[in-house]
Amino acid sequence: MLTILFDGIAYGMVLFVLGCGLSVTMGLMNFVNLAHGAFAMLGGYVTVLAMQRLGLPFLASLPLAFLAAALVGLVLERLLYRPMYAKSHLDQVMFSIGLVFMAVAGTDWLMGSSQQFIRLPAWLQGRFEIAGIGIGRYRLFVIAVCGLLAVGLHWGFTRTRFGSRLRAAVDDARVARGLGIPVNRLFALTFAIGSGLAGLGGALGVELMGLDPTFPLKFMIYFLIVVTVGGTSSITGPFFAAMLLGVADVVGKYLVPEIGAFIIYALMVVLLLTRPNGLFARARA
Amino acid sequence: MTLRRTILSGMLGLALAGSTSTLALAQEALKIGLILPMTGPFASTGRQIDAAVKLFLAQQGAVHGGRKLEVVLKDDTGNADQTRRLAQELVVNDKVAVLAGFGLTPLAMATAQIATQAKVPQVVMAAATATITEASPFIVRTSFTLPQASEPMADWAAANGIKKVFTVVTDYGPGIDAETSFANKFKGAGGTVESVRVPLRNPDFAPFLQRVSEAKPDALFVFVPSGVGAQFMKQFVERGLDKAGVRLIGPGDVVDDDILEGMGEVALGTITTHHYSAAHDSPANKAFVQAFQKANPGMRPNFMAVGGYDGMVLIAKALEATKGDAAGDKLIAAMKGASWESVRGPVTIDPDTRDIIQNIYVRKTEKVGSELFNVEFATITAVKDPVKARK
Repeated sequence: MLTILFDGIAYGMVLFVLGCGLSVTMGLMNFVNLAHGAFAMLGGYVTVLAMQRLGLPFLASLPLAFLAAALVGLVLERLLYRPMYAKSHLDQVMFSIGLVFMAVAGTDWLMGSSQQFIRLPAWLQGRFEIAGIGIGRYRLFVIAVCGLLAVGLHWGFTRTRFGSRLRAAVDDARVARGLGIPVNRLFALTFAIGSGLAGLGGALGVELMGLDPTFPLKFMIYFLIVVTVGGTSSITGPFFAAMLLGVADVVGKYLVPEIGAFIIYALMVVLLLTRPNGLFARARA
Repeated sequence: MTLRRTILSGMLGLALAGSTSTLALAQEALKIGLILPMTGPFASTGRQIDAAVKLFLAQQGAVHGGRKLEVVLKDDTGNADQTRRLAQELVVNDKVAVLAGFGLTPLAMATAQIATQAKVPQVVMAAATATITEASPFIVRTSFTLPQASEPMADWAAANGIKKVFTVVTDYGPGIDAETSFANKFKGAGGTVESVRVPLRNPDFAPFLQRVSEAKPDALFVFVPSGVGAQFMKQFVERGLDKAGVRLIGPGDVVDDDILEGMGEVALGTITTHHYSAAHDSPANKAFVQAFQKANPGMRPNFMAVGGYDGMVLIAKALEATKGDAAGDKLIAAMKGASWESVRGPVTIDPDTRDIIQNIYVRKTEKVGSELFNVEFATITAVKDPVKARK
């Protein structure tokens, strides 16, 4: 049972890294970016290419996945996203879902439609047991990386100058500009970080969830659940939401496989009925 | 000057167009509507079949029974509504004599009515649910059925000291076909079976594999659509089930030749029963694999490619038998009972069910040279689809 709990936590952690980038862009910048999964896919493919074609080790390809997705995010933010900030949410949804379809078709054309694989280094393969709990090495690694990331992000947004300026810029861009905060640059950087996180999540997820050109569509629902349940106003919300959903999904499928796939949705409905603004909602003006 | 040149070139153009159309009339090209998922999650199926069809035309030529075959390829993206619409267009507008392709069960089913009404043979090259050929008297299949591939596994397992099996299948038509046909046969042979079904969109196999590891079966019987197979295998090994002595068995989809190489060592030792392996040991198959790989660098033909290639063989054979007469009922009559030496071994189209009768091989995934292959080590000859055979 504890083994399954551990598996659920690791799964939740990947969901968190995939989803938290979205809650950064959606929550902090108030931009509905459904193309988030496309950045995750990009990270995954960068990892695959770095390992297969360049022969880089797995660990070295992870930062590369982050950087590539962040860089593409930065460029796209400047070219495509910025004109969309002032538009309605519906426009943003249409625009970003269009990007998803372009990404799916483009990846299919460039990389082919088949599943992509990576080979983990030996020290990340297999599992060991502590007190009867089977612990997969890779899952432990994922938990460690994502845990550090969660702490770092939380600290970054609540304790640093960058974080407070960002929050100010989000709450009232005009006033923030008047105070001399470089709002555009701040948004660009935030968007890049959000995209980069997606890329990293995609890279970590290749081994657990697979990678093919339909990735952004296949997993969009999961990112969205994490963000809606977690709320978009903090990092802790999506973190606990991802944990809860990851564990509930895995444990549910383990205990009652007949209805297992629905548990995550049932849980979402219950949570949204009881806490419509997310787990740790902060009242927004 | 320029005017004269325009008139001249215009006349030349007309003359050329005229000559090609009379040429076409003389040859009376016969159109085959090939509907495949070329994009979307099942695109690898479409690509394998498309490549095989092209290879057939390149190797055997386009003229059969005095008619020149012309393949019209359409992409249905794996969506049944699209398949139906495309089939209708192909029959009504393009006047195709044969419909072919069909990557998935719902796609083949969606077209069955059109085939019946238009009296156009529908050659199913991939979809593998047993009941498909019953949907229309014009459906012929050159791929396989899941019960056909799964039941021999039950016999093999029972004969090789496996008593307790846990089955994990994807919860949709073919998965349920594989599970029930295996389980019934295996229970009949005195074994015990426990089963779980995995949702079609399932990112993580951990919970299901954990159940398996606690049940401690002798073997795990698995059917998942081929793309997901690699994920499944990796997690099977990650969980240490291979070391715990659980054997991995199933129909061949999980060790699909198309992605086997990418899976790596985790696939080693898997025992599967299937109708085709790229490593099938015959001169015809060696030539086929070589030609296929030469025409499509980086791709290895899998069971989908073989279904596509044999689909073309069947159409060509039928045309030769009718001496170029492409009337649907005559073609179907000629296809019934057709038999030939395929690259997978001898095959026959069952005249009663229009389904393929073929050898099923027991294979083990091994390293051959530096590459992974499913090496066949036993043959069960002339297997009919057991579901229809029992009726």
